[in-house]
Amino acid sequence: MIKLNINKKPIEVDVDPETPLLWVLRDTIGLVGTKYGCGMAQCGACVVHLNGVAVRSCVTKVSRAVGQKVVTIEGLSENNDHPLQKAWMELDVPQCGYCQSGQIMSAAVLLNENKNPTDQDINNAMEGNICRCGTYLRIHNAIKLAAEIQRKDSK
Amino acid sequence: MVMKFRSSAFAHLHIFKLANLIFYKLINMSSGKTYFMHTKTFAVISTILSVIVLMSFAIKNEPLNNDPNVVAKDSVASVKAFMDVYKVLMSPRCMNCHPAGDIPLNGDDGHLHSMNPQRGKDGKGISAMKCTTCHQPTNVEGLNQPPGHPDWHLPPANMKMVFEGRTANQLAKQLVNPKTNGNKTIKQLIAHADDGLVKKGWDPGEGRTLPPMSHAEFKQAWITWLNTGAYAPSSK
Repeated sequence: MIKLNINKKPIEVDVDPETPLLWVLRDTIGLVGTKYGCGMAQCGACVVHLNGVAVRSCVTKVSRAVGQKVVTIEGLSENNDHPLQKAWMELDVPQCGYCQSGQIMSAAVLLNENKNPTDQDINNAMEGNICRCGTYLRIHNAIKLAAEIQRKDSK
Repeated sequence: MVMKFRSSAFAHLHIFKLANLIFYKLINMSSGKTYFMHTKTFAVISTILSVIVLMSFAIKNEPLNNDPNVVAKDSVASVKAFMDVYKVLMSPRCMNCHPAGDIPLNGDDGHLHSMNPQRGKDGKGISAMKCTTCHQPTNVEGLNQPPGHPDWHLPPANMKMVFEGRTANQLAKQLVNPKTNGNKTIKQLIAHADDGLVKKGWDPGEGRTLPPMSHAEFKQAWITWLNTGAYAPSSK
């Protein structure tokens, strides 16, 4: 059995340690908010946090997550009220929505490290997340808005 | 130093031959040959000697390692070994993570890494785009999947250790200078041949070509280069 901590909850799973974390999240645990896109760390749809660091769960073996704190889109906030989620809803960002959980999880790492990102900071941090619908401008604006919400909430 | 010695030995050999010639001419002169003939020969000899001496200075390589522990300085062997080292360091498996810019390179053609990941201060990427976001502790199985190592990184921003675009002369000088090689001594440079990330070049994952020689051959050339004086090839 492999012991994991997913979204602040301890959980044991009976899987091969070589299994990609994404498979365990989706197929074993049933957390299907994290998406499978390319399977080779090229698109960003499967981004989750491992001790606060963004990782591509499609190429991350579940053994790497042992003893770490895994956060998925389902665990980003208690009530879907993370500044990014508020901004996403405010600007109606998604089109098909498939890449959006990965986009939000990458943006969350950026905002955790940088409370007031510049346009260039956002571009650099989000380069690895692809959106086939081309919602990049709305994603960019939503991150700016989320940073603003986050700054106001922290006062 | 050895090149100097060899050059001077070369000159001595010629001087010996020329001395014989002069001696032979003197005997001939004493036996009735013309003085004009001897003067002409002397002029030719002087010219040849001058050319030899000038050449010995012109082809001299630059010794970069003055470490007293060096086994025996030998500029010819050192430069020859470095040219093998250079072939490896300029191969995509090494150069792709020693780019001139702040984005690593990909593929055998050295194109910019997809997703444009940034170097970051510590060479390990930035925010949601750390090297370890995609590069795992080990290679991911499958064609062109991300290669892996626990300490995957570029050189840090304050010492970029660029290989891309460097000539053999420039790279040799850069590699032995602690101000540009990561503060490494010759001893540390020798040990660096067995660094895990260096050796990863020979285990790059499916779909990637290997460096032009084995790691054992590279290591031998590397150590030979350093231990024989770490000479830089001529810049010409």
